[in-house]
Amino acid sequence: MSESNGATPVLSVRDLHVWFDLSEGRELHAVQGIDLDLLPGERLGLVGESGCGKTTSILAVMGLLPSSAAVAGQVMLNGTDIMAGGEDTVSPHRWKDIAMVFQGAMNAFNPVKRIGEQIAEPMRLHDVASGKEARKQVGELLELVGISANRQDRFPHEFSGGMRQRAAIAMALACNPKVLLADEPTTALDVMVQAQILDLLVSLTNELGLAMILVTHDLPVVAQVCKRAAVMYAGKIVEQGATDTLFHEPRHPYTRMLFQATPDLYGDDAVLSIPGAPPRLDRVLTGCPFAPRCDSAFHPCLLEAPEEREVGEAHVASCHRNDPAHAAEAAAVVV
Amino acid sequence: MSTEGTSAPLLEVKGLVTRYPVPRGIVGTVARRPKLEVHAVEGVDFTVAPGEMVALVGESGCGKTTTAQTVMRMVDHTEGEILFRGQDIGEMSAGQLQPIRRQMQIIFQDPYESLDPRFRVHDTVMEPLLIHGIGDNGKDRDERVLHALERAGLTPPDLFADRFPHELSGGQRQRVAIAAALVLEPSMLIADEPVSMLDVSVRAGILSLLDGLRRGGLGILMITHDLSTAAHFADRIAVMYLGRIVEEGPSREVVRNPRHPYTKALISVVPKRDPRMQVEPQILTGETPNPTLVPPGCRFHPRCPIAEARCTQTDPQLREPDGADEGHRVACILA
Amino acid sequence: MSTAVETAAQAELADQPISPRHGFIRSVVFGQPACFVGVSVVIAFTLIAIFAPLLEPYSVTQQVGKVYQPPSSQHWLGTDDGGIDVFSELIAGARVSMLVGFAGAAVAMLIGGLVGLISGFYGGKSDIFLMRITDYFLVIPDVPLMIVAAAIFGRSLTNIIIIIGVIYWTSTARLIRAQVKSVRERVYVKRARALGAGNRRLMRSHVLPQVTPLLIANTVLMIATAIFAETYISFLGLGDPSTISWGRMIQNSLQGGAIFYKAWWAIIPPGLMVTIIILASTMVGTSIEDALNPRLKVGHLSVRRFRLRPLVGRPGAD
Repeated sequence: MSESNGATPVLSVRDLHVWFDLSEGRELHAVQGIDLDLLPGERLGLVGESGCGKTTSILAVMGLLPSSAAVAGQVMLNGTDIMAGGEDTVSPHRWKDIAMVFQGAMNAFNPVKRIGEQIAEPMRLHDVASGKEARKQVGELLELVGISANRQDRFPHEFSGGMRQRAAIAMALACNPKVLLADEPTTALDVMVQAQILDLLVSLTNELGLAMILVTHDLPVVAQVCKRAAVMYAGKIVEQGATDTLFHEPRHPYTRMLFQATPDLYGDDAVLSIPGAPPRLDRVLTGCPFAPRCDSAFHPCLLEAPEEREVGEAHVASCHRNDPAHAAEAAAVVV
Repeated sequence: MSTEGTSAPLLEVKGLVTRYPVPRGIVGTVARRPKLEVHAVEGVDFTVAPGEMVALVGESGCGKTTTAQTVMRMVDHTEGEILFRGQDIGEMSAGQLQPIRRQMQIIFQDPYESLDPRFRVHDTVMEPLLIHGIGDNGKDRDERVLHALERAGLTPPDLFADRFPHELSGGQRQRVAIAAALVLEPSMLIADEPVSMLDVSVRAGILSLLDGLRRGGLGILMITHDLSTAAHFADRIAVMYLGRIVEEGPSREVVRNPRHPYTKALISVVPKRDPRMQVEPQILTGETPNPTLVPPGCRFHPRCPIAEARCTQTDPQLREPDGADEGHRVACILA
Repeated sequence: MSTAVETAAQAELADQPISPRHGFIRSVVFGQPACFVGVSVVIAFTLIAIFAPLLEPYSVTQQVGKVYQPPSSQHWLGTDDGGIDVFSELIAGARVSMLVGFAGAAVAMLIGGLVGLISGFYGGKSDIFLMRITDYFLVIPDVPLMIVAAAIFGRSLTNIIIIIGVIYWTSTARLIRAQVKSVRERVYVKRARALGAGNRRLMRSHVLPQVTPLLIANTVLMIATAIFAETYISFLGLGDPSTISWGRMIQNSLQGGAIFYKAWWAIIPPGLMVTIIILASTMVGTSIEDALNPRLKVGHLSVRRFRLRPLVGRPGAD
């Protein structure tokens, strides 16, 4: 999809599925076949609300799911499927090629170990550096994220929230990965600190050629920082394309309604909530998962799940309204 | 847009100061360390009229939550007046406050913690009636409970009355909290970050509910860190920094024509929904200083991009700058 | 709000049955075999204690046989150093031990619960004051205190119960205080307070219900401690001389040289009884604690290793 502009993606996810075991033999189908492409130096936004499967998806890419999870699909890192052998093929690449900044990472530091020690830990574990060399690299990393190198001997409680988040980013970059997965990196931060962190992430991708997937529920953040975005709902990607297009020409009602539900600083349009709630994923659904809440649902929406269709350049969406076969019927239902 | 200006204000806060002592402990006392105080609120003036929504906006540590708690008398103030319907409630005893508490209610940020998990919805909404001895008999109280649930958008009310909180979604729980506040038929509502823990698609519903209540004559004081929400739903915005209001006025005016350098920076840094509407963010360096150490002169001067020498000497008061709309006040000598 | 959509969501909610409030006890007792066994044993022992006078085949004050007679069809557990039927003594002893156990635990729970509640709820000076007192009581060694108290106040059953209560309330106090403090900070308590609820209402409606299950679990565990303490006291010869308890039986057999006579029937049965009841109480107490605090289970610390599923022939493929 993004290969249309010639470059090869550094990370390609194809048909990724994740199931979680529930009691009494049931399963929760948390991720239902998602495809993603990430080019070097690109920032891709993965947007959705709670329970849509965005965090589970990137945890799956990292192979960080518990034993109650089953994964299927391909995760291509520079052309090689690292998911082919499960944990055994994923773990050599973990942190060295793909790294992650977890949700709430800034609160997950060990309070009794110095920051420098904690950032050096992945370096030691993955045989990247140790001892004096590690210390030097830690210093460089801290400078890279905007903390002075001599602060590596401090403890986490001596840092503010924003600085701890920077340290978490430094820890993710410890082994010089090509791909960074950031899960809600600015959610708990003040808007000014958020701006600082986003600025940092932008400069890291621009200067280091780092590819980044930014997982968030905050649409304006994605609008500001990511040129491309994928919108997730009920375990599937319902629309993917340039962020500009997603806002101005959305081709899935959820995308449009999600933007409409977000108040804008200057916009005067009414802010509308989306009634109802996402479907339960422990049952098999018929039809489009969004149909019950959709304001433009029509006949086929209740019967079959829509296919992912190309609706523009590097723009896909899964909605029956985009199907030329249903064009007449769709036009009859006025939005 | 608002009905203010014609009726007497519900709430008038004048020169409010709230300080917390920082405990020194035995070591500190023996070592004669200086007695530190957290200058949470340092001289705040604002009013809320019936049918008006005023938003207190700011980053963490600015004192907005403490202001709300002081107004509710959950915390004692150090100086200043809190006038509710003309009466000074700042000095009232607990017994005297009881009838006032009927009139002024609060909603908290966390819908998952706001409700006692052992109480059914019916019991939660009934509790305020029992505390204040309202209702002629059981049947009358039941009716009031159902009516409050309806006002909060939980229809049909009997569907929800017997449920436990864990059976409800975040948005529904918040509505229960709102119903518990409405059952006493207050004239004023304080909403402390009412939607920040809810999904985007649900937020608008709650905010519209609050807006509807406002149009019905309720005065609402909303505490939020989200400028976009404040800009969209509030009639007036007061921007707080380190215990002071640095700018206040009609929300449209403050957002489109900010005069204080802090407000300008904040607005530039808030991400916009529309990818094409991103402005160059004016990112301030560092983070909000420690509220125990307030800088001399203007408290913003260490981070202010246009600070001059005289800014370290004068502590500016709120005043109307030239060329601004009526009711728009700024605390900056350079505005 | 779109009515069609809301109705669908409500239909889903309406489908779920209204949760009963009292499923907790049932799930704990019947859900865990250990707890079920423990509860059965405790109930059995309690019944024995209540109906003791009816169950004793012989009098415990009269000599009915020779000294240290081995078990026979007439005397199931033989006789002790005074020629008294051991089996009767065992049953009588159940009465005293269980009484002291429950009563002692009740006193400890009352003192500890009250201290914890006041300390945790009001905080401030009362908290500091009460916690100092708790600390003092904590460091006092229990056995010397028992000896001194018995010497000063005399060796009656009531005194023993009071001593046990006074020694062992401290752990309850700390536990309850911690829980009360934590509940007091919950948003719904703050909200109720902001509504105008007084301290009494807050304690009664919001704090106590959260604290009671923990108190119950702690009290059950305390029963074990109290019974053991009574056994200890009696074994040391500080028990009430006019009553017979299991500890006293063990003391008698030691003093009467039962080992010399190889009279195992005088030594083992009382010790066994004490062990069983303590074990049973502990099983019940820990089961309740586990049910209240799921984080005590360590399962989530296992190594994460997800499973791989083949792409081909997968169910639910699109």
